Amino acid sequence: MMVPDINPIVLLFASIFTSNILLANFLGMCSFISISKDMTSANGLGLAVTVVLTITSMLNWVLLKFVIIPLDITYLRYILFIIVIAATVQILEMIIDRVSPALYMSLGIFLPLITVNCAILGVALFMQIRNYNFVQTVFFSFGSGIGWWLAIMALAAINKKIQKAPVSAALSGPGITLITIGFMAMAFIGFSGMLNVQ
Amino acid sequence: MAFLIAPAAIALVAALLAAAISIVDKIVNNYGEVDISINDGKKVIKMDGGDTLLSSLASQEIFIPSACGGRGTCGACKCKVTSDVGPHLPTETPYMSKEELSDNIRLSCQVKIKADIELEIPDELFNIKKYKSKISSIRDVTHDIKEVTFDLQGEEINFQAGKYVQLVVPPHNKVKGYTQRAYSMASRPEDKNLVQLLIRLVPGGIATTWVHTSLNEGDEVELVGPFGDFFRSETDATMICIAGGSGMAPFKSILYDMLDKGETDREVWYFFGARTSKDMFYLEDMRELEKKWPNFHFVAALSEPEEGSSWDGETGLITDVLDTFLKTKIDPEKTREGYLCGSPGMIDACNNVLSKNKIAPDKIYYDKF
Repeated sequence: MMVPDINPIVLLFASIFTSNILLANFLGMCSFISISKDMTSANGLGLAVTVVLTITSMLNWVLLKFVIIPLDITYLRYILFIIVIAATVQILEMIIDRVSPALYMSLGIFLPLITVNCAILGVALFMQIRNYNFVQTVFFSFGSGIGWWLAIMALAAINKKIQKAPVSAALSGPGITLITIGFMAMAFIGFSGMLNVQ
Repeated sequence: MAFLIAPAAIALVAALLAAAISIVDKIVNNYGEVDISINDGKKVIKMDGGDTLLSSLASQEIFIPSACGGRGTCGACKCKVTSDVGPHLPTETPYMSKEELSDNIRLSCQVKIKADIELEIPDELFNIKKYKSKISSIRDVTHDIKEVTFDLQGEEINFQAGKYVQLVVPPHNKVKGYTQRAYSMASRPEDKNLVQLLIRLVPGGIATTWVHTSLNEGDEVELVGPFGDFFRSETDATMICIAGGSGMAPFKSILYDMLDKGETDREVWYFFGARTSKDMFYLEDMRELEKKWPNFHFVAALSEPEEGSSWDGETGLITDVLDTFLKTKIDPEKTREGYLCGSPGMIDACNNVLSKNKIAPDKIYYDKF
């Protein structure tokens, strides 16, 4: 299979706006909905997702090219990607705890959550399906992380406004959040004509 | 052999990652030797960092009270840390008041020792020891409460009546790891060589099930203590004690201690509530005590006495009985203090009755369990 001919920079912007991992692919919804109540937590989680996403995609790319494909065990990619993600999160957690306790404090409870964030596994699988090269993978995963971060910050900001304009009891909580996400997704479709990459 | 490739590949990748984790753990979580300075350097402990404050201190035979054994669910293991150990964790804040947060009171089971640390603990905690005891007797006092006596095998325990000890439950059956549970001591402080606990079977309870089903006379059990701030005030106010079930324990200790020390001028009313006569115990002991001590009044009440039973005491809910006595029998002119020991529900209900009868909230002491 050929490596697609896309400039990594284009891929970066495409993954932030036109094919936003959250609002175009709807991946990583659980933590998106539950942690978007205040901006500080949303910011911490967004940062953590971006960092973990970038690092694990690089590791998974190496694993894919040098272990999975040569051994012809593509059907095991889910398991292998997931254990790489879990181990990376563990290691990252320990290092952050030691190096920057302040950052650990703000990220601490979110880091373990990221292991089960579908966006992380999703990006690894996209990277495999679309056959990106290493540089493309780095830009694509970093962009996806930024895109996820952007989306959760936007949602947290909207939720803050919603608190000042209460919705009916039947819709409050996840209900209005899902409707909001729908509108956001529609708004993001507006970007889709600008760049068209897969 | 091709079928081996897949499991081998997964095993290899997993092993590499596990190795990476443990190498990082060794490097990153190695904090070297740290100094733990307690109460302005009164005691300085040198030990390896990396563990929580609670377990590090416990390994040095300093026991901060903890009912949950370090899982961060009871909020009991508070202590004041005077050096900087970072901001409060989300696991600590639910247990802290505003004053405690600004005083840097911490949950010692959540604070990890990463560098030299300075802290303050009450001096009496140095008194707390771990006792290797042998069970000298187990007696059923009701259908679900056992009176267990522990022989401290030559060691002595010094405590104020009303304090509690923690029973160390070793791993057994499906329970992995050590668990600790707190029980008030029913024995008299005079008897320094033994500890007596009243343990009621709680369905599904780890420690109580273990005590009720696995413990035998002669077994060796570890106790840690004494802990607690539930004891009688040093005044001559009328004591109004209220208990239910195994809440009998601290009062048995307090009452016999008062008798031993000759504090019999003080007036004491002891209300004890049970459902049926099956749940009532120590009646004779208490009647005996009443004879020796004219100012002591024992009021036992059954809320659901059986049809045609020979029960001659009070009937009704303990709160109603208490209310009637407060209004009709207990002199409201004298200062009165409330002492409560029992389930949270009972304590809240009795608290209401006491406040309604004009007993100041700061004169009500309780031990919830």
